[in-house]
Amino acid sequence: MSEIAPEAVAEQVTPGTPDAKSEVGRARRRTEDARLITGRTTWTDNIQLPGLLHVAFLRSPISHARIGRIDAEAARARPGVIAVFTGADLADEQGSLPCAWPVTDDMVLPDHPPIAVDEVRYVGEPVAVVVARDRYAAVDALEAVDVDYEPLPAVVDMERAVEEGADLVHADKGTNKSYTWVFEAGEPDAAFRDAPVVIERRYVQQRLIPTAMEPRAVVCSAVGDEYTLWSATQIPHILRLMLATVTGIPEHRLRVVAPDVGGGFGSKLQVYGEEVVCLLLARRLGRPVKWTESRSEGNMAVHHGRDQIQRLSLAADRDGRIRGLKVDLLADMGAYLMLVTPGVPLLGAFMFNGIYKMDAYSFTCTGVFTNKTPTDAYRGAGRPEATFGIERLMDELANELGLDPIEVRRRNWIRHEEFPYDTISGLTYDSGNYEAATEKALRLFEYDKLRAEQADRRDRGDPVQLGIGVSTFTEMCGLAPSRVLGSLSYGAGGWEHASVRVLPSGKVEVVTGSSAHGQGHETAWAQIAADRLGVPFEDVRVLHGDTSVSPKGMDTYGSRSLAVGGVALFNACDKVIDKARRMAAHLLEADEGDIEFSGGSFAVKGVPGQARTLQEVALAAFAAHDLPEGFEPSLDSEATHDPENFSFPHGTHLCAAEVDTETGFVKLRSYVAVDDVGKVVNPLIVEGQVHGGLAQGIAQALYEEAVYDDDGNLTTTTMADYLVPSAADLPTFTTDRTETPATTNPLGVKGVGEAGTIASTPAVVNAIVDALRPYGVDDVPMPCTPERVWRALTEARRGAAPPGGSPEPGAGGGLGSAGGAA
Amino acid sequence: MPRVSVEVDGVRYDDDVEPRLLLAHYLRDRLGKVGTPIGCDTSNCGACTVLMDGLSVKSCSVLAVQADGHEITTIEGLGDGRNLHPMQRAFHEEHALQCGYCTPGMIMASLDLLRENADPSDEEIRAGLEGNLCRCTGYQNIVRAVRRAANDMRQSDQAEEAHR
Ligand code: FES
Ligand code: FES
Repeated sequence: MSEIAPEAVAEQVTPGTPDAKSEVGRARRRTEDARLITGRTTWTDNIQLPGLLHVAFLRSPISHARIGRIDAEAARARPGVIAVFTGADLADEQGSLPCAWPVTDDMVLPDHPPIAVDEVRYVGEPVAVVVARDRYAAVDALEAVDVDYEPLPAVVDMERAVEEGADLVHADKGTNKSYTWVFEAGEPDAAFRDAPVVIERRYVQQRLIPTAMEPRAVVCSAVGDEYTLWSATQIPHILRLMLATVTGIPEHRLRVVAPDVGGGFGSKLQVYGEEVVCLLLARRLGRPVKWTESRSEGNMAVHHGRDQIQRLSLAADRDGRIRGLKVDLLADMGAYLMLVTPGVPLLGAFMFNGIYKMDAYSFTCTGVFTNKTPTDAYRGAGRPEATFGIERLMDELANELGLDPIEVRRRNWIRHEEFPYDTISGLTYDSGNYEAATEKALRLFEYDKLRAEQADRRDRGDPVQLGIGVSTFTEMCGLAPSRVLGSLSYGAGGWEHASVRVLPSGKVEVVTGSSAHGQGHETAWAQIAADRLGVPFEDVRVLHGDTSVSPKGMDTYGSRSLAVGGVALFNACDKVIDKARRMAAHLLEADEGDIEFSGGSFAVKGVPGQARTLQEVALAAFAAHDLPEGFEPSLDSEATHDPENFSFPHGTHLCAAEVDTETGFVKLRSYVAVDDVGKVVNPLIVEGQVHGGLAQGIAQALYEEAVYDDDGNLTTTTMADYLVPSAADLPTFTTDRTETPATTNPLGVKGVGEAGTIASTPAVVNAIVDALRPYGVDDVPMPCTPERVWRALTEARRGAAPPGGSPEPGAGGGLGSAGGAA
Repeated sequence: MPRVSVEVDGVRYDDDVEPRLLLAHYLRDRLGKVGTPIGCDTSNCGACTVLMDGLSVKSCSVLAVQADGHEITTIEGLGDGRNLHPMQRAFHEEHALQCGYCTPGMIMASLDLLRENADPSDEEIRAGLEGNLCRCTGYQNIVRAVRRAANDMRQSDQAEEAHR
């Protein structure tokens, strides 16, 4: 089986060892660790200001109700309570929370007041806010606020919500459908007509709670008409603009700071009502305020992720070649559209075709309102859902045809010599080598050996069956070329900004618009600048996350920081060198064209010994005594980079799962991830990103789900109910890389933040289903808890023979993937 | 209000506290020891872990009054002021943190783990840290770090023995 990709030349794409002097490619230990391992961190909740008041929100306990009378008098009278406001009290100034992505012209976009005024539409929606002298007093006073709710019917089920005559989340809108977005390429109907193989499946992407370990927190101070807002946010720059827009506070009077931020995963890519309200409170009260959420509050009120019902059809020829793919999605928006809510499932529109060639494709997505917490970006945002769909289907196709799942992929994937390749969904994949990544993964995984063990366990009728799951994924990173965002009706561009200051002493300050919250930019950006400028790593400091320090930026999400922000930094460094070259030529009394720059020093071509270091040039520019004609006395430079294309990391992930057919318990036996993320700045950071991504993707497959009851009550409000995996719940991963540089940026980088999450969920579910194929199981809904595995088995057993006996084809079509019948 | 006397990272504090005040809030809001963060309200995440008389406790599930007369060590009290504790160094060397929010608790819990078992296997480390959640790292490098710290600490113990 490991011979399946003979045309791949693995050596070509083996990551090289960086040369000893180069910073890029080196496994630098992170500079930011120094404060994080000693507890000298600035989490937002750590910030103390003179006269600081504490804020607590009263939240709706009912999923859908009209708000009657609110009596806050008793709360106001409590000791230490400074103020209590309802939505009505703030109605004139609180505005409506923004949605930056009107995906269709006729998209239904309801008002979204930060504090509900007339009606609540999900459990956890704020209905009043208390300001008190300390956290305990604020929380105590919540109990004294009396709210009359007139319950309305809860809309919980997406499929029922889109039926004629369904109860409505927003009665005035007359529908629960926010939009329907359609994409079509080729001739899908023709592709399906007379297709020898058609596979139809319905998959559910369960709702997830992002669960960054740091709960949200906001501190806001108002001094005169100048406002400073600290927030545990991924997007200080976007937040500043949006807060100005919502509140009418002029943008130049508003400073937003993202101090140390304890993870985001998309959940802090948001403009939250609590941020708006804290700003209003500081303005009204003239005193600084702080709000820190509790985890149980956050589980209800931080936006959720995923939540799609996917109806998929794949048409193929008998040899496994894909003819066409049809995708029909219902995507749960929750009760309101937040910053990029409607756009998240549409990012999947470009990814359902994965790494495969096909003649035709259609994608339809309907956004549906329900009485649940709004959804929005969660690690991968649209791409994990799509990757799950196509990678599950590929395994189903293999099974249907009796082919090995690797072989069926090989027959369809874009071969390495076909790049750049225009995909059916309209993207141009610039580079990649799926053969090489797969070959390496198969070797590390010992694929043949595990298949043999699987066959043996099946023959023996072992109650613990072995399954092998494959996921050969790609994703789009580097969000995003502004013209593409424009064509998708997104409200802004996708550039990133960087500036480089060479101080008189020769030390370097890098200012970036990327806003790290755990990714390690302070280290990686310093590596890029040190290399490009030829200065020591230690001489570079990276500044970010404060709009008064880093005034321009588009922030960190969508694995965009390196591919967009890193490239902006690279370009800014080049501008510094261009300026310095001119200055150096002047100092060396040489022609600018004769100046060569390397290793941090400018030399005259062919004149050994004649050189000036960058530091010397910087000092001379600072002194400004002797400048070239018309030269501004500074080397400082900035660059704004707008990518010409997305970047497309890819990889092959293989998962071996032991499934106990008696208890339904799943144990991951091994997991191999070979990722191609292009050139790597810091392999240590890349590996860490992959590990963490895998953990989250595996958690979706096995553990996590935000559960609502029929009345719209969230039943997983605490960490005891919503199961974030611990160290004991996860296996040791084997990670490796292949490397095909991106051709659309000078660093050759692609991005890595989401790869592990996107790839791993289908790998795990494919492994579980593969283990249970002989029993006739062709799907287990996520999360694949022991109970669900057991149920799937019990249901399927009725129609299939157990292994060891004479294997009759079960519901899914027999033993196709069992022994690699190819 | 009850009066407590607590030693935190080598400094004694005498304070009047509300009986319901959590140790985590006492440390953070009253003493300004904000190195210990809070990640949940159900004692699940372990972010708030500190040592009480050398044993790890979740400071969100201990009342300040229960700490009366006890010695608390937080992440801020590790190391000798100039040098990092071997556990801190190991977390840095093995890239066992990303956002770092779980890190103080993870480090304190790992110390308690090594107190009980100076040479744990990977599985023992994973089981021992079950009460500490990390959303960023997938735990693999944390396991490596604890193993590395265990080695370093055993070696320096042996060196000390030999010295005597
Ligand atoms: S904050 Fe103490 S266990 Fe989560
Ligand atoms: S490093 Fe972010 S939660 Fe552990």
